[in-house]
Amino acid sequence: MLGGNKMEFNENFILGCSAIGAGLAVIAGIGPGVGQGIAAGHAAAAVGRNPGAKSSITSTMLLGQAVAETTGLYGLLIAMLLLFVKPLLP
Amino acid sequence: MGHGILLSGADNIDFMVHGIFKYSFFGHEVWITTTHVCLLIVMLILIGFAIAANRTMCKAAEVPSGFQNVVELVVEKLDSMVDGTMGKGAPGFYNYIGTIFIFILFSNISGLLGLRPPTADYGVTLPLGILTFILIHVNQFRFQKPKDIWADMCSPLPPWLPIWLPINLISEIAVPVSLSLRLFANVLSGTVMMALVYGLLGWIATAWPAALHVYFDLFSGAIQTYVFCMLTMTYISNARGDA
Repeated sequence: MLGGNKMEFNENFILGCSAIGAGLAVIAGIGPGVGQGIAAGHAAAAVGRNPGAKSSITSTMLLGQAVAETTGLYGLLIAMLLLFVKPLLP
Repeated sequence: MGHGILLSGADNIDFMVHGIFKYSFFGHEVWITTTHVCLLIVMLILIGFAIAANRTMCKAAEVPSGFQNVVELVVEKLDSMVDGTMGKGAPGFYNYIGTIFIFILFSNISGLLGLRPPTADYGVTLPLGILTFILIHVNQFRFQKPKDIWADMCSPLPPWLPIWLPINLISEIAVPVSLSLRLFANVLSGTVMMALVYGLLGWIATAWPAALHVYFDLFSGAIQTYVFCMLTMTYISNARGDA
């Protein structure tokens, strides 16, 4: 109801808006990308300084990267919910 | 899938959980789904492996050979992983961490067998997260005094001023949610991407998707298994107050 005119929203309109929303939601992938890159860069520098600790540096880096990945995965989940579960359809 | 995916010819894309048959459970409609079947297959494989390992270790040789080598290698690696993270609390957790490690690993890589990975269903990963949550708090109440737990809950401020208590409670509840969602979303994204590759590309997707399977099933699955177990161990040893 906008300006007194009754606007009809059909199913295709809602699906299109859901697709746009899904696209916007996966922009969340930028953050984990930057974070994982920083973690990998510092891990590479640490291996350069102390090659003996390579295995523990690698496992610490993978653990940190996987935790940093979580926020991006939340965005991905929202996108998948919008695309496949379609919660906005009446 | 219908018009959910905005592409033509996308009807053969299929990565959802399907119901196989339903039954009535105290008036509720309950479905046996593909997840149950895949879980059963994974569990049968693991039980077979366990029985074979037991047979081998019952007549173990001093100098190991063949299958005994494999069993000893797996157990030693898992135990040393728990040892390295949990310190002196480790011996009580060899069994639990080893079990969930092998279970999650086989669930994640069961996509290679053509199954839908059971961990790509939130109903499988949420109980794993809740188990971790229960273990954290049981250990917290066993090894810390209630006064310390209260002080920890009000943490940035002194214990007589519990303004931060709700925020700390929310962060406690976020632990199982984020643990289970991380595992679920990683495995689900791999499953969805493989389904898109096979469903949309048709005959073009022959042989080369094996490389994608190596990444999505083997690498990602192994990393997420490791991360789940490491985080579980870290949280539990924090709750025990020793590291």
